Amino acid sequence: MILNGKKKIWSEYQKDIPEDHYFYVRSCIRQNFFPASEKLFLEVVRDRLSLDFFETEHHTTCGGIAYHSDTIPQETVMTIVARQFALMTEAGYKNYVASCITSFGLYTEILDTWHHFPELESKIRDYLWKTTKREFQKPEYLAHASDVVYKLRNKIADQAKYKLVNKENGEPLKVVEHIGCHYSKMFPSKGVGGAEYPYVLTGMIEAWGGEIVDYPERRHCCGFGFRQYLVQANRGYSLSNTHKKFESMAPFKPDMIITNCPGCPYFLDRWQYVIKEMEGTTYGQDGNGIPVFTYEEVAGLVLGYDPWYLGLQMHQTPVEPLLDKIGIRYNKEEKYLL
Amino acid sequence: MKEFGYSLSPSSRVDLDKIDKIKQERLFALEPGFRKCMACGSCSATCSAGNFTDVSLRRAIAYIQNGQDLAALSLLKHCMLCGKCLVICPRGINTRNLIMNVLKVYGEK
Amino acid sequence: MNKEVLVIGGGPAGIECANSLISLGYKVFIVEKCSEPGGHLRKWDRLFPYGVSASDTLDKLLQKSGKAIFFYDTEVQTINQVDEKFVITLSDDTQLHVSSIVVATGFTLFPAAKKEEYGYGIYNGVITNADLEDGFKTHKKELFKANRVGFVHCVGSRDEKVCNRHCSKVCCVTAVKQACEYKDLNPDAEVYCFYMDLRMFGRGYEDLYLKAQNKYGIRFIRGRVSEVAEDVNGCLVVKAEDTLTSRPLKVTLDLLVLMSGMSKNDDNDKIADMLGIKTEEDGFLSLPEPTLNNCQTVTDGVFLAGSVTGPKTLPETLNEARAAALSVHKYLSR
Repeated sequence: MILNGKKKIWSEYQKDIPEDHYFYVRSCIRQNFFPASEKLFLEVVRDRLSLDFFETEHHTTCGGIAYHSDTIPQETVMTIVARQFALMTEAGYKNYVASCITSFGLYTEILDTWHHFPELESKIRDYLWKTTKREFQKPEYLAHASDVVYKLRNKIADQAKYKLVNKENGEPLKVVEHIGCHYSKMFPSKGVGGAEYPYVLTGMIEAWGGEIVDYPERRHCCGFGFRQYLVQANRGYSLSNTHKKFESMAPFKPDMIITNCPGCPYFLDRWQYVIKEMEGTTYGQDGNGIPVFTYEEVAGLVLGYDPWYLGLQMHQTPVEPLLDKIGIRYNKEEKYLL
Repeated sequence: MKEFGYSLSPSSRVDLDKIDKIKQERLFALEPGFRKCMACGSCSATCSAGNFTDVSLRRAIAYIQNGQDLAALSLLKHCMLCGKCLVICPRGINTRNLIMNVLKVYGEK
Repeated sequence: MNKEVLVIGGGPAGIECANSLISLGYKVFIVEKCSEPGGHLRKWDRLFPYGVSASDTLDKLLQKSGKAIFFYDTEVQTINQVDEKFVITLSDDTQLHVSSIVVATGFTLFPAAKKEEYGYGIYNGVITNADLEDGFKTHKKELFKANRVGFVHCVGSRDEKVCNRHCSKVCCVTAVKQACEYKDLNPDAEVYCFYMDLRMFGRGYEDLYLKAQNKYGIRFIRGRVSEVAEDVNGCLVVKAEDTLTSRPLKVTLDLLVLMSGMSKNDDNDKIADMLGIKTEEDGFLSLPEPTLNNCQTVTDGVFLAGSVTGPKTLPETLNEARAAALSVHKYLSR
């Protein structure tokens, strides 16, 4: 591996990410899968870093799941998105940040489509007006929340209580990064580091003391893929994709996985249990799984938040072996009390 | 084992790291024309049996190169050794000798 | 009308054009942006399909060019047409007055790092055809220790993603040539060629392909490589589809050679602008009569030779260089 080669690619895919004044929108499924992640994000940017991140209770789903499951047409999803942009406009914001990768991908795709087909944008403006009497400005800047954390990674490192380092031997932890497909595969220039060697999570891991593992199936989908999972008959296919990734990363003996998508951490986490039940295989050390985290959870751990406050008890693959490796203190008895 | 109602799908991927190269070498020694195939498909197009059964020498050669021995054997099972492929092959491969030797090398249990 | 001609580019096309012009009694200036003549030929070891030495070939071309006046490390800065003459300013401020110009600026080797998924410059085992040729030329022994080697055809060719829809023509036979040479140096190596179509159009090419299959046992896989990564041992995991069996395919290799194609010369737009001629969508210079005349341009007195008008083999380039010289002669004898 020639690191300079990667650095060259990374330097070609950098975004000018604004640091402050964002309209923040949550993710439908992340609020259920990882309820503390979004709360923590807002707490860190607002309380720790004194930045302006606004959110409104009027925000709804972006329609992405329905769109990707072929249950609603494109014009419907565009009108839903237009309404979100109207909420941003009404609140007086110009930077839009999405917690969800699929939302981010969808917004990027819609803005690009409107750019190429302005008549479609006019039509959607008309639909929005007829249905809600709202008007909107397009965001001046569209970010994914991981872009913002990437931008703030060094400030987080400055306040860090722990590093992603094995306390026994001082070695950096080996971290697998997994990027949501809709982050940069559709529009490589919209993702930090591009599509082949994304840097958004790698940058965080480097800043927080860990070391990235580049394994052969790094670019492979986590297996979520909407339609593949939603129907039970297709779930074996979803599972097989995840299985393929774990088989490929296992020889590198990763300590943990960091993700920036709603579906990926969920499936990489839960399917490890299913694979253990079906095949008897575990991929971590000492018969354990490989703990999977959202980037907010990793930021929270680094900043010294209590693991149970971060909702890590919601994970199926136990996180304790990793906490012990870093030396993060936690109370076993309180795991399910919060 | 718990019943989930689904299971891992078998991979369709050809893994060239895992193929039996010794058998391929044996086949090559018995019929050197094996490697000359350029996948034109004229053998399969002219095949007397191929119109009615699943016979394809072109695909059988490709399968052997990919280590899919059983699939290759099943594609030659209904061959009648008429020799039309021998007449048409632009690379002059001794196709009958090749077919006989595929069965010999890969048919052994 | 003086008998002075400017040739832009000191590669095989420029040199051979100058040779022909000198024999016809012209005085020739060759402007070359590098410090030595020969272009890409200087970097190559052996030539397809017969394995002729590249440096011997270049030496033979240069033997006849003694009377040409070379300007090295020099580029053309401006060209002004005064009546029927061209006034040229070079980057070293030299001024030339010539009656005719031949553009022989050749091609740019496609920068393989642009195909990010192949990991050139990132994974140690990934090299280009030019790197391998350099290895042959300078006897880089460590390069020939790999026991599993792959050649990827069409890197930066037939690829709209990198704005090169065209076929680079010579890479197929170059890959086959290099694969055979690799086997000569390391007979134990397993060698794979990943191709989309094998374009063995020239005399002797098909024979080389047959030899690659028959004598060297090189495995040809019809499918374009989709991605490359390193496994835990630092070996390369290469993915493609075997389109002949419609199956995805994976193989672990120690060395992967990317067949970088011929892209337009990066200076083409600038040169075309100075001479009042055009480039096509593919970036190569346009030919108003592509079938009848491969050297002619829309500007009187300006002619083209070699791969400045598209990918070409060396013999084709040399023939065009001679044809361009005759075109100059015909123009100046009118």
